[in-house]
Amino acid sequence: MKALSKKNLLILGGLLLLYAAVLGLIITGIINPFYEITLALICINIILAVSLNLVTGFTGQFSLGHAGFMSIGAYTCAIINMQMNSMAGFLIGLFAGAVLAALVGILIGIPTLRLKGDYLAIATLGMAEIIRVIFLNLEITNGAAGLNGIPRFTNWTWLFIFTAASVVLINNFIRSSQGRACISIREDEIAAESMGINTTKYKVMAFAIGAFFAGIAGALYASYFYFIKPGLFGFLKSIDILVIVVLGGMGSITGSVIAATLLALITTFLQSFTEIRMILYAVVLIVIMIFRPKGLMGTTEITDILRFRFGRKEERIQ
Amino acid sequence: MDQFMQQMVNGISLGSIYALIALGYTMVYGIIKLINFAHGDVYMIGAYIGFAATTYAQLGFLPALLISMAACAVLGMTIERIAYKPLRGSTRIAVLITAIGVSLFLEYVMMFFVGAEVRSYPVLLSNKVFHLGNVLINTQQIYIVVTAIALMILLQFIVHKTKTGKAMRAVSIDRDAAQLMGIKVDNTISITFAIGSAFAGAAGVLVGIYYNSIDPLMGIMPGLKAFIAAVFGGIGNIPGAMIGGMAIGIMETLVSGYGYSLYRDAVVFAFLILILILKPSGLLGKNIREKV
Repeated sequence: MKALSKKNLLILGGLLLLYAAVLGLIITGIINPFYEITLALICINIILAVSLNLVTGFTGQFSLGHAGFMSIGAYTCAIINMQMNSMAGFLIGLFAGAVLAALVGILIGIPTLRLKGDYLAIATLGMAEIIRVIFLNLEITNGAAGLNGIPRFTNWTWLFIFTAASVVLINNFIRSSQGRACISIREDEIAAESMGINTTKYKVMAFAIGAFFAGIAGALYASYFYFIKPGLFGFLKSIDILVIVVLGGMGSITGSVIAATLLALITTFLQSFTEIRMILYAVVLIVIMIFRPKGLMGTTEITDILRFRFGRKEERIQ
Repeated sequence: MDQFMQQMVNGISLGSIYALIALGYTMVYGIIKLINFAHGDVYMIGAYIGFAATTYAQLGFLPALLISMAACAVLGMTIERIAYKPLRGSTRIAVLITAIGVSLFLEYVMMFFVGAEVRSYPVLLSNKVFHLGNVLINTQQIYIVVTAIALMILLQFIVHKTKTGKAMRAVSIDRDAAQLMGIKVDNTISITFAIGSAFAGAAGVLVGIYYNSIDPLMGIMPGLKAFIAAVFGGIGNIPGAMIGGMAIGIMETLVSGYGYSLYRDAVVFAFLILILILKPSGLLGKNIREKV
């Protein structure tokens, strides 16, 4: 395997092209500042959804606490960046937030990941609530009023770099042997364990990686929108992320990317009708679960579909 | 000591409300192994129906309570028929996600129709205060505790002495075997939802009277706490839900009574995580071995 294989170069080229095209649209003003906010939301939602998909879709551990990790990243980055008002401060804050979120993920994951299914869901929900209440009561986070005037260093370039990196890294993780261990836990935990897979280790690993990227998403959010408060990272935010993952398909990275884009666009168009948007979300959740429980993409990726359409014959037989 | 006793009194009245909601959770979980996330929102709608009955129709406490219970029973059965029944054979996670969807749906449909603002309940019960030594008890608290206990006794009677109750117990032990014995499983599940939702509706009216304010998102937190109460008592176990509800209510009022009210929710959730780790089957629950 070469790092600079034809396929990797193609992906890199595609990413650069996408980056340049959107940058061009921003400079020429076709994407105006209003739509730039949507663009930022899309990127942040993609990171959140892909990282939650790693935990829920690929490892099969149902988590309702993703917003908690996001808030850790957001607050850490905001506090560090407000002390060190520079680009370096932003990057240090971002990585500190992500690492802290991952550490909290490990700390919480070790005891709670012994639980299964709905019990785990409630335990992670409780954990996110505890994190929120702590932020609500700390001096340094300014309580319920939240932090205001966070310096803005996030622009399209940083958003793109972190989104692309998150997607590529998580995608590579899933294709590694550790990732396959995670998938085997989702398929059948007892069978995986009897094949010699240390299930606790891989579950905690997936949880920590998911938390790490949620922390990055939180940091980008804080830096882009100037303002954070504990109320933003409540139970409903976790549900928001879950809706994206479920809609896109639990176990499909491209599904999450498509669903994140779609839902961010819907959110923009229904901006002034919050209730209708939430009713729509609710109906989407119920209808998908009843009629298409695997979501838009199921567990397939867009590359699988393309390969099936245009692939060579011998590949198609597989 | 007086303060402690006073907090116990407040805790018991809050706890009986939690216990009423927890009963619905525990019954539904016992019979179809589903955490019915929408249960807290049925309780919210019960509070609104009670509000409408007392404010617009000028009814008294008891008729409002009964109307709210009946309407919530119908609502609970409808939710089960539309959203949960098509998923009988699906994975538990799929049903759980649907339940979250139903919960969001009820919250925001209510918000769409009645608005997000907080409404205040009319005064239904005289607010006379009794002094027991230095401990104050008001009539509302007595009403709440008496109503809750009466409903719990009624539930115990239904579950243990009637044919329907026998069917409910049979379905929760083994659904397939119950069906083979000629029990109509779907009907039994519907009745379970109806009874659980009626209790939630009653709790909604009682909370409206006690706290005097209602809003469309009021169901989320009490719903989660009642679930914690059900887990603490041993989920699927009816006396367990009562004990758990009382325990959570008393714990919450003690924490806020001694000046940590900002950490009240965190303490309850930390308690949940502790129970799940130390004794996941709860106080009165049975340990079930997993088989391949």
